[in-house]
Amino acid sequence: MAFGPYLLLATLEGLVTAAVLSLMALGLSLVFGVMRVVNVAHGEFYMLGAVLAWWFSSLIGGHPAVGFMLALVLSPLVVAAIAFVAERLVLSRLKYEPEATIVATIGLLYIIQQLALTFYGPEARPVEAPFTYRISLPWFGYSAYKLAVIGFSILMMLATWFVLTRTKIGLVMRATQFDREMAQAFGIPVGRVYAGVFALGAGLAAVAAVLIVPIQQAHYLMGHDPLLLSFIVVIIGGLGSLRGTVVAAVLIGLSDGIISMFFSPTLAKMLATLIVALVLVFRPQGLFGTAAR
Amino acid sequence: MTRLTPSAKGIALHVGVVLALLALNFLLPEYHRGVFARVLVLAVFAMGYNLAFGYTGLLSLGHAMFFAAGLYGAGLTIYHLEWSVWPAFAAGLAAGAGLALVVGFLALRTTGVAFMIVTLMFAQVFYLTTLYFTTYTRGEEGLVLPQAARVLGFPGGTLNLSDPSTRYLVALALFTLVLGVILFVVRAPFGRSLIAIRENDERMRMLGYNVFANKLASVVLSGIVCAASGAAYAVLFGYVGSGFAAIQYSILPLLWVLVGGAATTLGPLIGTLFMFYVIDTASSYTTAHLLVVGLVLIGVILFFPKGIAGTVRERWLPWLP
Repeated sequence: MAFGPYLLLATLEGLVTAAVLSLMALGLSLVFGVMRVVNVAHGEFYMLGAVLAWWFSSLIGGHPAVGFMLALVLSPLVVAAIAFVAERLVLSRLKYEPEATIVATIGLLYIIQQLALTFYGPEARPVEAPFTYRISLPWFGYSAYKLAVIGFSILMMLATWFVLTRTKIGLVMRATQFDREMAQAFGIPVGRVYAGVFALGAGLAAVAAVLIVPIQQAHYLMGHDPLLLSFIVVIIGGLGSLRGTVVAAVLIGLSDGIISMFFSPTLAKMLATLIVALVLVFRPQGLFGTAAR
Repeated sequence: MTRLTPSAKGIALHVGVVLALLALNFLLPEYHRGVFARVLVLAVFAMGYNLAFGYTGLLSLGHAMFFAAGLYGAGLTIYHLEWSVWPAFAAGLAAGAGLALVVGFLALRTTGVAFMIVTLMFAQVFYLTTLYFTTYTRGEEGLVLPQAARVLGFPGGTLNLSDPSTRYLVALALFTLVLGVILFVVRAPFGRSLIAIRENDERMRMLGYNVFANKLASVVLSGIVCAASGAAYAVLFGYVGSGFAAIQYSILPLLWVLVGGAATTLGPLIGTLFMFYVIDTASSYTTAHLLVVGLVLIGVILFFPKGIAGTVRERWLPWLP
């Protein structure tokens, strides 16, 4: 294969990564933006979404698309419900103190991971894609499902953007983010908004996971790398900025796809992590964010 | 009997703890003596972490890199350069100090959440580095140091570190030394200014203290203590692997210090010991020991935010250092 098509393939793969990553990072960014909580367990919500997707789709037989659709609807709902309960039981009682919530979400991470290992097991299991059509390009065939993932992710991002900027719910969320006490004074139930945002963030991670399981398999340790990548995306994009998150996700997804084709993946990860740490040190508001108020 | 001053009470308590630990060497059954030796070495790690987290208020999520710097500094020089234990131990300390200086210098430009993420990422880079140079480190599989190399030379003779009793006593000696240093530091003006920085760094800056330099000194001292623990772990237990640089070993000292009591001198020992036996007991019922770690973390942060020693100090013994 010549260099051009090779690069096209890397770009397409990078876009798929970016699509999934931006959904997941959006969840992390919302939770941080509105609640000022660094959710270390975000990767585990992603993993839980994938594991549940396998479980739901294996429940019913018939055409794989039926099982997949069931997983796509139910798995994020279940994950969001779990996150909602965790928020009410633990985070709300910690008064959202940054250090305490980090410790608590680390605890949550271990609990979810261990439960997945105990009940799901250490095996990696696939979920069948809803359709297996391949688009034949002049140089190689490409899975139509992967293109559908990109499309669906864009739809989800647009929906989130619409909810955030054009609806009452979004207004309430933004008001809470802007000034929590003032929002409370105006009768906004801040506690319920926080629980809802936490559930929404976890749900977005689960949607990303359901989309990825037909491509990668569901495994109890699968949350680790995406968590780190989402952190990177959220930081580069500027904490709490939606547009920055999407741009950064595309940037990271593409460069991850292209760099790991030419360099050793460990070295690529090392350099990426180091660069992001230095960005955070020297430009804490991110590349696209504005300085903190 | 004359009443002891709080300071004398504190010193008496610490001497008593060390003597009790010394007696345990002769009283404990073989298995538990092995556990205690490990706990003593890791308690040193927790004490180093406590200096940054408990006393200075710097919540780092990357202290595994300092522990691993000591571990690899000592382990690699013994394994590849065939150094003897003393210079290898010194190499471990130097590696920890150098790394802490660089990381502290960069990471301390940030505060709060950003500080946690930056330290987490630097530690991740360190972990990936140990995997990348797998020719020298053998990555996750790790290196086993030969028994012949784990001998501590003295002018009057040698100590074989793979002998259980010697191992326990050497671990206790290191623990005692570090406990003494920490006790001295936190009672000295330097330690007091660290606590003041934790409570209100703006006010300290206004009073004319160099907050950055004090924090950096705290991180470097903390890094050296953690590296000492890592280097001791390498020579005493003879195993060096990437697992010790992984994120889990950044979380564990946080857990131990939180359980035992942040900003208390004996809290790290209590927390490490407690968690070791909790996990030990839990493992005889279930293999799900991570579940226990997670539940204890959440339980402590919800209901016991001051930890064991912190609660004792608050309720009964206000003089506890």
